[in-house]
Amino acid sequence: MQEIVLNAHTVAIVGLSASELRASHFVGYYLQRHGYRVIPVNPNEERVLGEQVYPSLRDVPDHIDVVDVFRDPAAVPDIAREAVEVGAGALWLQFGVISPEGARIAQEGGLAVVMDRCLKVEHARLLGRMHWMGFDTGVIAGSR
Amino acid sequence: MDEAPRDFGFNTRAVHAGQRPDPYTGASATPIYQTAGFVFDDTESASAYFNLQEYGNVYSRIMNPTVAAFEERLANLEGGVGSVAFASGLAAQAGLFFALLEPGDRIAVAKALYGGSTAQLNHLARKLQITVDWVDMDDPDGWRRSVTTETKALFAETIANPGGNVLDISLAAAVAHEVGAPLVVDNTFATPYLCRPLEFGADLIIHSATKFLAGNGTTIAGAVVDSGTFDWSNGRFPSIADPSTAYHGLKFHETFGVYGLLMKLRSETLRDFGAVLAPFNAFLLLLGIESLVVRMDRHVANALAVAEWLREQPGVGAVRHPALPDSPYRQLVERYLPAGAGSVFSFDLESGREGGRCFIEALSLWSHLANVGDTKSLVIHPASTTHRQLSDDELAASGVAPGTVRLSVGLEDVGDLVWDLERGLRAARGSAVTA
Repeated sequence: MQEIVLNAHTVAIVGLSASELRASHFVGYYLQRHGYRVIPVNPNEERVLGEQVYPSLRDVPDHIDVVDVFRDPAAVPDIAREAVEVGAGALWLQFGVISPEGARIAQEGGLAVVMDRCLKVEHARLLGRMHWMGFDTGVIAGSR
Repeated sequence: MDEAPRDFGFNTRAVHAGQRPDPYTGASATPIYQTAGFVFDDTESASAYFNLQEYGNVYSRIMNPTVAAFEERLANLEGGVGSVAFASGLAAQAGLFFALLEPGDRIAVAKALYGGSTAQLNHLARKLQITVDWVDMDDPDGWRRSVTTETKALFAETIANPGGNVLDISLAAAVAHEVGAPLVVDNTFATPYLCRPLEFGADLIIHSATKFLAGNGTTIAGAVVDSGTFDWSNGRFPSIADPSTAYHGLKFHETFGVYGLLMKLRSETLRDFGAVLAPFNAFLLLLGIESLVVRMDRHVANALAVAEWLREQPGVGAVRHPALPDSPYRQLVERYLPAGAGSVFSFDLESGREGGRCFIEALSLWSHLANVGDTKSLVIHPASTTHRQLSDDELAASGVAPGTVRLSVGLEDVGDLVWDLERGLRAARGSAVTA
């Protein structure tokens, strides 16, 4: 998980909403602020967070490091197949997006898989700011 | 090759969790960030922080880095996903129930409860139009009989103050989850060293950190710890799952997942209540927790020695230390408190109310004061102090008789503690003869 968060540059967010109040928008905005290139994937939008939106992963012209999914769990197996097809590096399923079948498809296709976790939270955990909100980061060290 | 992350032990985490040496100065102790506000990087950051799109320090009524170190340490030790500190244990309790409940809701609460908590819940019930169903926590069917479809939380203390009743955590959690409500446990008397209720199915922890966590009787403080495992979107908690009017329609649980309740508790409830923990107090708590384990071992040993001695003394009735061999809570202690049942317990003087007065007046080493969990040994007569606001029925329900004395056994030499108690008991017996 740590390697995915720290090594990724391009994150395709499947189900990225144009509404500022949706969790997907929070995560997309946050990732942009922390230097990631965010590629929105959503058949119902044209531009989100200043980026061109693609209707599916197959339409994205660039290499994708992480496919971050904010969709109904039933949609995940198809998304996982697409992620394998386009050669993405990892499949990341957000809080509540639980699909053992989707996870299996991605794993068998050679992708790293994270399920039921928030990419923003894990980034904040590793880079320290989550600590400021009283959350347990699990970081234990006496060195500087 | 990557090394597997180490699973650090409790002692190590008590000393280190939540805090690393200061990256700029190398300071080994946690700096006291005695500041009201924090300068923003730029306007974009400022709005991202206010919109909760990014975690950042804004204002010490909502978050503060010294307080955060305490919050993370406590959350880590309890096995929760995070914690929100409050100015006191009662502030934490009021804040949590304010965040969870809507008018018309019910909560099921153990009758054997700290008197201040009983009084607060009765006030909240009147002011917020909620109903408190009081439960006999010793009755195996008590919880099940007291919950209804409107019950939004079950609440009890791990070790009740001052009766020493021990909660069957797994049982209460099972009943709570049957009705889709969280089990909230006040773990003040046990501390996460002696018991971690989240491991037995509890969902939320409340602490009066004033007690064993601070350890030296220096600091008023409280906190809420969340397991992160309760489903707030089960249709019963609109205040956490539905759009928040305070944040332009933000849905806390959907947006922040396992962190949703704590985000709401911090950015809405604490922000609105203003009952914030001061950075200096958080610093004292961090110092306290560093020595929690060694202190608790001594507290536990001293308290058991004093309880065993008291049982042999003339003029002493019931001694309610849950770890005594004939305690009705012995089996629960073995299951939930294997390293000890804390150091606060009560006993009854046969000489009643007047005996209690004479007993306390004759003591010279024990301090007569309204606190527990100090390195110093403390004594109080609940009927005339902490539980004074309660009716006779409520008094009896919380395990208090007119001659009940509560002890909080400190770290002194047991021989000295017993020497002083002997003088008190002699005075109490004298009062019975002359009365």
